[in-house]
Amino acid sequence: MTYIPHTDADRKAMLEAIGVDSLDDLFDAVPADLRFPELDLPPGLSEMETAWELNGLASANVAANDFALFLGAGAYNHFIPSVVNHILLRGEFYTAYTPYQPELSQGTLQAIFEYQSMMCALTGMDVANASHYDGATSLAEAVIVANAHFRGKRSKIILSPGVNPQYRAVVRTYHQGNDLKFVGDKGSATVPDLVDMLDDDTAMLVVSYPNFFGQIDDLTGLAKSVHDAGALLCMVVDPIALGLFKSPGELGADIVVGEGQPLGIPLSFGGPYLGFFATREKFVRKIAGRIVGETVDADGRRAYVMTLRPREQDIRREKATSNICTNQGLMALAACVYMSVMGKHGLRRAAELCYHKAHYAAQQIDALEGYSVDMSQPFFKEFVVACPEPVAAINDVLLEHWGIIGGYDLSKDYPARENQMLLAVTEMNTKDEIDTLVEALRSAPDDIANHAHHHHHHS
Amino acid sequence: MTDELIVNKNGAPPPLEPLIYDLGAPGRTGAILPKPDVPEADLPADLLRDDLDLPEVSEMDVVRHFLRLSQFNYAIDKGFYPLGSCTMKYNPKLNEDMARLPGFALAHPLQDPSTVQGALALMYQLQEWLAAISGLEAVSLQPAAGAQGEFAGILMIRAYHLANGEAHRTKIIVPDSAHGTNPATTAMTGLEVVEIPSDDNGDVDLDKLREVCGEDVAGMMITVPNTLGVFERHIQDIVDIIHGCGGLMYMDGANMNAMLGIAKPGDLGFDVMHYNLHKTFSTPHGGGGPGSGPVAAGDKLLPFLPGPIVTIVDEGDEGEPPLYGLTMPEQSIGALKAFWGNFGMLIRAFTYISVNGADGLRAVTDHAVLNANYIRSKLQGTYPMPFERICGHEFVCEGHFKDAEGIHALDISKRLMDYGFHPPTNYFPLIVPEALLIEPTETETKEACDAFVEAMLAIAKEAKESPDVLHEAPHVTPVKRVDDVRAAKDLILCCRVIPDWDAEAAE
Repeated sequence: MTYIPHTDADRKAMLEAIGVDSLDDLFDAVPADLRFPELDLPPGLSEMETAWELNGLASANVAANDFALFLGAGAYNHFIPSVVNHILLRGEFYTAYTPYQPELSQGTLQAIFEYQSMMCALTGMDVANASHYDGATSLAEAVIVANAHFRGKRSKIILSPGVNPQYRAVVRTYHQGNDLKFVGDKGSATVPDLVDMLDDDTAMLVVSYPNFFGQIDDLTGLAKSVHDAGALLCMVVDPIALGLFKSPGELGADIVVGEGQPLGIPLSFGGPYLGFFATREKFVRKIAGRIVGETVDADGRRAYVMTLRPREQDIRREKATSNICTNQGLMALAACVYMSVMGKHGLRRAAELCYHKAHYAAQQIDALEGYSVDMSQPFFKEFVVACPEPVAAINDVLLEHWGIIGGYDLSKDYPARENQMLLAVTEMNTKDEIDTLVEALRSAPDDIANHAHHHHHHS
Repeated sequence: MTDELIVNKNGAPPPLEPLIYDLGAPGRTGAILPKPDVPEADLPADLLRDDLDLPEVSEMDVVRHFLRLSQFNYAIDKGFYPLGSCTMKYNPKLNEDMARLPGFALAHPLQDPSTVQGALALMYQLQEWLAAISGLEAVSLQPAAGAQGEFAGILMIRAYHLANGEAHRTKIIVPDSAHGTNPATTAMTGLEVVEIPSDDNGDVDLDKLREVCGEDVAGMMITVPNTLGVFERHIQDIVDIIHGCGGLMYMDGANMNAMLGIAKPGDLGFDVMHYNLHKTFSTPHGGGGPGSGPVAAGDKLLPFLPGPIVTIVDEGDEGEPPLYGLTMPEQSIGALKAFWGNFGMLIRAFTYISVNGADGLRAVTDHAVLNANYIRSKLQGTYPMPFERICGHEFVCEGHFKDAEGIHALDISKRLMDYGFHPPTNYFPLIVPEALLIEPTETETKEACDAFVEAMLAIAKEAKESPDVLHEAPHVTPVKRVDDVRAAKDLILCCRVIPDWDAEAAE
């Protein structure tokens, strides 16, 4: 039997010790008429048959191993040094659980402590927790902190339309049971427009850095305006961008959240990812999630332990700030190893490569007839291309004729942005790929026209 | 490396392992990156940061550091890990290989569905399998962990009552034996927790349940088998009472390892439940995540599932596979996270179910329950137990003795480490004094169960004869008992000096 080591002799001896005659007798407490239903599942497969089946499914996908990928919008194809996966595959890490017993978990605990320290350094904040599920849920948890900070007395959360649309949706899912109002993100409000919405009912203002369109908004003076209104400033950030740009701490943020997937975690069709969460020390007792602290053992030796536990659900139950239990432990380890091996110099260089390649691509595409790129504001690794045709039609051509997975169709989330494509360029995109993309975009309108013509003749 | 003879200036022994920041040297890097192959653009000088305080180490520094750290951990791959309510079963290596296939690992979540049919087919099949096991109608794979699955389920119950114009249904009944996530979840949805006691046999007190049932009840959350490790003997009465007053039943699926092929939650009358793929379906616990908490719903709650979920958008012609797509259920409570779920965990669970099949999953539960009852029968008489009855995949005993004053569950747990075992869950469930919740899982051999029993019996003897050995335990672990009070009092959460930005701005 699969993964079950018992022999007939084992079963016999164990049933005897228990004092029952058969395995079935162990389930007498289950209502007899509902006991032992048929499970409508296929019979078990051998290990090799299973592997064949999974290989078949995996190869039915188009993916970045065979195609040039220019799609981002919240998940990115960044370089992952081989060492990251090798550490993740240590059974001592991935087959352990939450470090409830510190004497048996110093490896996990020290790694989380190092992760927290690196996230603090990267964001310029005083404390970071051990992670949330992803960037979107980190933002939802930030809203919980803001609500708790004002004890429910401020009911308005201002969201920039430049915050990832999925994050804004998740925040609303999380908070459908309370009285918070989410405003600011339905139109095309700029940062100054958002500042105008601040009032004494505002608990928090949320901006994205860079914003969803890849741009670095001018955030000078924003923190002061928000703080003058007595509110908190939350920034949603791209951790790779922080290899290059000023930290949110320096810009005056109170809470920093974001998606940690770019830090050594594969795309994996959307998960598991890593929600990072950092804040100022004064809020530490209000935040959710595991936090690891330094202490000593009975001999005075430095040791690590989960701390501030009384905030958590297993102790405070209905008075807990959040129900979060599991975090993304192994993904936080991935980020920790990634930030270690990339280090001070590597992360900066990866960020610069993104910047240079994205700017090269933007300039080449802007020069194409029928296309334009808004380069009026500084941008990092993503930018918006105004296209002569619907984005879906262009992407079909890119995929079918050129082996390119094209950009994100912004009209899906922003109806006013018809024919606008959000392109992502990372250090993984070569100049050849970019040049091919440019050629492909150049010929796309004709290809689409020919395609339509072709179809017309056949219909 | 650690050397017991080397002692720091203040008399404390040296740390087990330096911090990564204390390794390396200025200018060193482990990253091997290309030079730009495009013309370099001008960087916007006024937007750049001055410093990036990350480690400066070589790749080998990184490998050795994290390898040494790993060796300070206990793990399933090292030994028996009977952590109750966590189902620390063996994590098959095949699962890891499958999740890393490039066609999965390098697929972007926002690609056109037509280009990711393999991933969507896997998700669709897993939805169907999990629905079949639950006896419910449909499944959303979106929740990232069990706690999120619970959150989804209670939001769905809330949305259902709102859609029926019954906003006055605001109470969720939770037994006092429940996981802390249950009341915490309820509070997050804005509903109110009503706690009810268990009776002397570990079952829900039916009279008390009837007392609190009324028109304001939204539903009830209950774990099956419950967190005391036993199947509620009156589960159908409970379901009838709640349904009778217009409420809905939520099943916490944390203990599904005792239910596979034994009873379907849908047959028992549950309206919604969640799975923990990292418990029942062998996806790794990862040192505390990532988990995955799919939620299954019956016909009443179907339209409210979190989404999107995978559906067949075109059946396809004969001999052709169907076309799968992502669809938002019509009255969905919304998205709980970005994208479609913890896909890497879904691959592992799919692999596990493929290998096991229907008979294999039934055998999983049979042997999980066999192991638990075997250990229970061997410890009975030595360790106090709140009740004597056949358990599910785990059981609770009490870590204290009449004739060994001052011995607590914590001492027994720490002493188990000296015998080479991970301790059981202690101090949960909260309603059992000095609780030790023991869950061996099906992947442990009879020999491993016997060795654990022997250690537990030896510790019981030590508790009476040489209690200090227990109080001072553990003795052989990388560190001795850790001072968690000091950690909370003198908070050290970060090893770097973060600039005081307000002061810098003032300058």
